[in-house]
Amino acid sequence: MKIAVASGKGGTGKTTVATNLAFVAARAGRRVAYVDCDVEEPNGHIFLKPQFESTSAVGTSIPQVDEAKCTHCGLCGEICQYKAIAPLAETVLVFADLCHGCGGCSLVCPVGAITEVVHETGEVQVGSAGDVRFVHGRLNIGQPMSPPVIRAVRKAVPEVDLAIFDAPPGTSCPVIESVRDADFVILVTEPTPFGLNDLKLAVEMVHALKLPLGVVINRAGMGDRETSAFCRQKNLAILEEIPDDRRIAEAYSRGEMACEAVADYARLFERLLEKVT
Amino acid sequence: MKELVIISGKGGTGKTSLVASFAALAENPVLADCDVDAADLHLVLEPTIRRREKFSGGSRARIMSGHCTACGKCEEICRFDAIYFDGPGNGRVPKTFRVDPIACEGCGLCAWFCQDKAVEFAPAVNGEWFVSDTRFGPMVHARLGVAEENSGKLVSLVRTEARQVAEQRHLELILVDGAPGIGCAVIASVTGADFILVVTEPTLSGMHDLGRVAELAGHFNIPAGVCINKWDLNSEVASRIEADASRRGLPVLGRVRYDRCVTEAQIQKKSVVEYTDNAAAEEIRQLYQAVHEAVSSTSPAGKQE
Repeated sequence: MKIAVASGKGGTGKTTVATNLAFVAARAGRRVAYVDCDVEEPNGHIFLKPQFESTSAVGTSIPQVDEAKCTHCGLCGEICQYKAIAPLAETVLVFADLCHGCGGCSLVCPVGAITEVVHETGEVQVGSAGDVRFVHGRLNIGQPMSPPVIRAVRKAVPEVDLAIFDAPPGTSCPVIESVRDADFVILVTEPTPFGLNDLKLAVEMVHALKLPLGVVINRAGMGDRETSAFCRQKNLAILEEIPDDRRIAEAYSRGEMACEAVADYARLFERLLEKVT
Repeated sequence: MKELVIISGKGGTGKTSLVASFAALAENPVLADCDVDAADLHLVLEPTIRRREKFSGGSRARIMSGHCTACGKCEEICRFDAIYFDGPGNGRVPKTFRVDPIACEGCGLCAWFCQDKAVEFAPAVNGEWFVSDTRFGPMVHARLGVAEENSGKLVSLVRTEARQVAEQRHLELILVDGAPGIGCAVIASVTGADFILVVTEPTLSGMHDLGRVAELAGHFNIPAGVCINKWDLNSEVASRIEADASRRGLPVLGRVRYDRCVTEAQIQKKSVVEYTDNAAAEEIRQLYQAVHEAVSSTSPAGKQE
């Protein structure tokens, strides 16, 4: 089973929920993997402190042009939707950072002048944190495209009974790539106007993907009641409310797991796990 | 004209709340919300929309089931797992292929190589953008459609429009609210800007993410400074971040304490400095002063286009 933890707004507590869920699941004897799909700013390792067994470079397949074979017909430039290859009169320019790796140019080239090489844009690491299997990815600085790295992270998930995907914030392509094959999505929000606005966007996104979802309200009590009202009105299950407790914020600031730092919270995450699996 | 971009790496550090206060403190700013897939600045600034435009960042494929002969070529060549064999049947075949519009990255290979010309490939509307008026000045903002891509292109467009507004109205400062992360939307928010303010928080995650954003600023050769928001949440980590920032050559331009007034102001649709004169608001004023000086002292010649 695959559970994705997402949120429109950043900093609402996705990583807190995802890491604690993985932790209590492992403690209950489940074969579980924590999968950090926030390859731009991965943070799960700070809390679970994994030992890594393997690191592999990943990237996009980009074209490499054999100028000796090229007849300058221009088809590669015509098929490319991303302006990543520019056939000029004398040479062919490739803009690696714009390439999505669709492979169109090499398919369309009539003389076989284009082969593909891997343009490294990040890395994927696999390891373990106690009984939790751990996978995360890291986008290289200056690289714009995170989806290929997220795809590689997803492919590296070991054989487990339960995989928990920690998604990046937002509602666009990196988030879609992280949650698209989940069986259930937990949306983490906070009861503030910003939290609610972004929750609404995230709910629309999950509905577009036709996936079941539930809401966790973090820092409950810090803002207003609009978020609970919205969930009731839209018939969205509020799975848990995590109180606005300074002890959790302080444990988080030190890189400690909430369910270890404040024992009462272990029960909350165990309940949440039961509800979603 | 100077462009100040506020980013954070990690989400939820308080970027947008600070931008709202900066909007109140700045003299005649132009505002640009570049967090296009989870925009929040409008909730406080309550813009009146003066101009509204559709945004198309690329094309998208659609298989016309009536023409599909189920040869499977599209599925074979699509690298984005966007083709599914569950489309409705027609007179010739019981099932046809279908494009999942959410997975489709708009490469167009299916349309190009379809022998039956069964794939329609046309520009998609990916979102909307707006030019508005707010109580602090003009604002350019956008909304990326649900589950859409091309956020980087939309961010670039928002910034271009904001620069045009600034030129037309002879305004000297553009305040850009950026997206979390370090990927395409963030790169599109910062390239060519005059100064980056990184808003971080005193947590190990905040410190980790600040490091990556600092490297990004260095990569694009843009001067940057740091603000530690909610610093009293963990003053020991706050000090470590300051040491780390100075090791990286980034000035710490301010510290702002944790205060519930930030949430209260948000609920009242006000910026913190409009809502209260307390110590947190005073720290925001001092921060803005320091940021303003840092932005003013950047040389236009150093600007990377």
